[in-house]
Amino acid sequence: MSWLTEVLRPKIRTLFSRSVVPDNLWHQCPSCQQMIFHRDLEANLKVCTLCGFHMRATAPERLAYTLDEGFTRIELPKVPLDPLRFRDTKRYTDRLRDAREKTHMEDALLVAHGSILNHRVVVAVMAFEFMGGSMGAGVGEGIVAAARLAVLQDAPLIVFTASGGARMQEGAISLMQMPRTVIATRLVKEAGLPFIVVLTDPTTGGVTASFAMLGDIQIAEPGALIGFAGARVIEQTVREKLPEGFQRAEYLLEHGILDMVVKRTELAATLARIIGLLRVKELEAA
Amino acid sequence: MRHFLDFEKPLAELEGKIEELRRMSEPEGINIADEVAKLTEKADRQLRATYTKLTPWQKTQVARHPDRPKVLDYIAGLITNFTPLAGDRAFADDAAVIGGMGRFQGRPVIVIGTEKGNDTDTRLARNFGMARPEGYRKARRLMELAGRFGLPILTFIDTSGAFPGIDAEARGQAEAIARSIEACLEAPVPLIATIIGEGGSGGAIALATGDQVLMLEHAIYSVISPEGCASILWRDAAEPADGTSAGLPTAAATAAEALRLTAQDLLRLHLIDVLIPEPVGGAHRDHAATLTAVSEAVAAALASLDGVQGPAIRARRREKYLDMGRDVLS
Repeated sequence: MSWLTEVLRPKIRTLFSRSVVPDNLWHQCPSCQQMIFHRDLEANLKVCTLCGFHMRATAPERLAYTLDEGFTRIELPKVPLDPLRFRDTKRYTDRLRDAREKTHMEDALLVAHGSILNHRVVVAVMAFEFMGGSMGAGVGEGIVAAARLAVLQDAPLIVFTASGGARMQEGAISLMQMPRTVIATRLVKEAGLPFIVVLTDPTTGGVTASFAMLGDIQIAEPGALIGFAGARVIEQTVREKLPEGFQRAEYLLEHGILDMVVKRTELAATLARIIGLLRVKELEAA
Repeated sequence: MRHFLDFEKPLAELEGKIEELRRMSEPEGINIADEVAKLTEKADRQLRATYTKLTPWQKTQVARHPDRPKVLDYIAGLITNFTPLAGDRAFADDAAVIGGMGRFQGRPVIVIGTEKGNDTDTRLARNFGMARPEGYRKARRLMELAGRFGLPILTFIDTSGAFPGIDAEARGQAEAIARSIEACLEAPVPLIATIIGEGGSGGAIALATGDQVLMLEHAIYSVISPEGCASILWRDAAEPADGTSAGLPTAAATAAEALRLTAQDLLRLHLIDVLIPEPVGGAHRDHAATLTAVSEAVAAALASLDGVQGPAIRARRREKYLDMGRDVLS
């Protein structure tokens, strides 16, 4: 530590603390604009205590919200890095490095095993905060690994989706993750295990058009944007105004695409109940 | 009237001149036949030169060429006794997806393909080859039919992608595509997919998850169109990617390069299995030769899977996709 950090930092900190602290302690709901105290918001799993708006949760938060204490995260298989040597305004390898630094994750997926209200499960959570939750080989491989783990542990697989779609920077390799993740769903189902999908805001593109729509049970969080094509693309193609609530969870429910829309605060209990009802075998064994 | 692409302009001029000379009456002192032969040779050389080094963006244009053979041309040329089958049994028949049974080299098969149409009326009727959920559900139904009766499945893909429409979303476009991929994977019979023009993203893989994936030399296959990719990464697809100075390739052309969407690149990445060479100047210049080449390639692919079916072929297909991409080292 240099004299600079030792001597100057504390002073700078005191200078800033007065203006910084209130921002961190109070969050504004993007829907109703009300200010919510951070502890209240966290206790309510990032759901607005006033209007019920579901704010986006990070992948680690999801695991904590869903699983009982004492779950174990597994390391995901390594995949080739930047096989296309893709470069837009930035190198893909640089984008990956930045995302890894920012999120402390290897890719846009976390996989853990543990229990939900004492029902053993494997959970895979997509991280929208990691390059928009985009699916490349890393995510595809992770979904396959999660499916294999579920089969190995004879436990249901629950996937939380949050994704802008395929990862463009991996070109057709990202496209191939669609059949690969579909195979993963088959592995789980063939083992007689429930495959449950929880769609969270937003889930679109290649993720929706593969494993995310193949759940035995399809659940979504209130207000979540879920669709195949992006709203802008649709508007440009059909030159029509999109209907109210288009591609939102409630719209999908109405159109028969989901089983249910469940509030985040009731999700763990709902998942546990579903698993309890589907897994007669597990109950008999216990 | 032949349709020329932008980069074919010098060629168009040459061919125009040849045509003009041919129509002229023989003037004094010039041997027209000689002149025509000389120009024809020059045009041929130019055509060959242009087509041996097409850029990915030029290939994109060739892949979308309006005169390129379409699914219906392949069916007419390759399939006898073709018997179209319609409908998804739930909502409608999607004219963007052609499906039916017939014989390929005498052997009964199920054929499924996306058809773009070849004039204004048919293009509108076929929705430019962009399928709705009904199309993928029809495809799935036909794949299951093929499985029940042990018929190999031949798919032909030429689509810019699944239709991005309000109705398509309302009826579960994503689920329909996912189920179609699943049906491809589950089929207990050989599935040979051929990318004949554009292989556009999810709308293509829905029908192209096969034991053998064949691709024409100048076809493209991509997770997103170059224009779509450019508009996300560089905002304006028509402007150069790095600034606005003239002469630079457009962002769409740069994206086409970056996406590795050519048959050559995809073969190198082991994402497709067979590259089918096209006649000089592209498939649109010689339908007959293209159809012959595709027919031979499909026959060879089928022969390579002779006797493999049921759970064995399903297991093999799974293995192929699970291994995919793992061997590509950066």
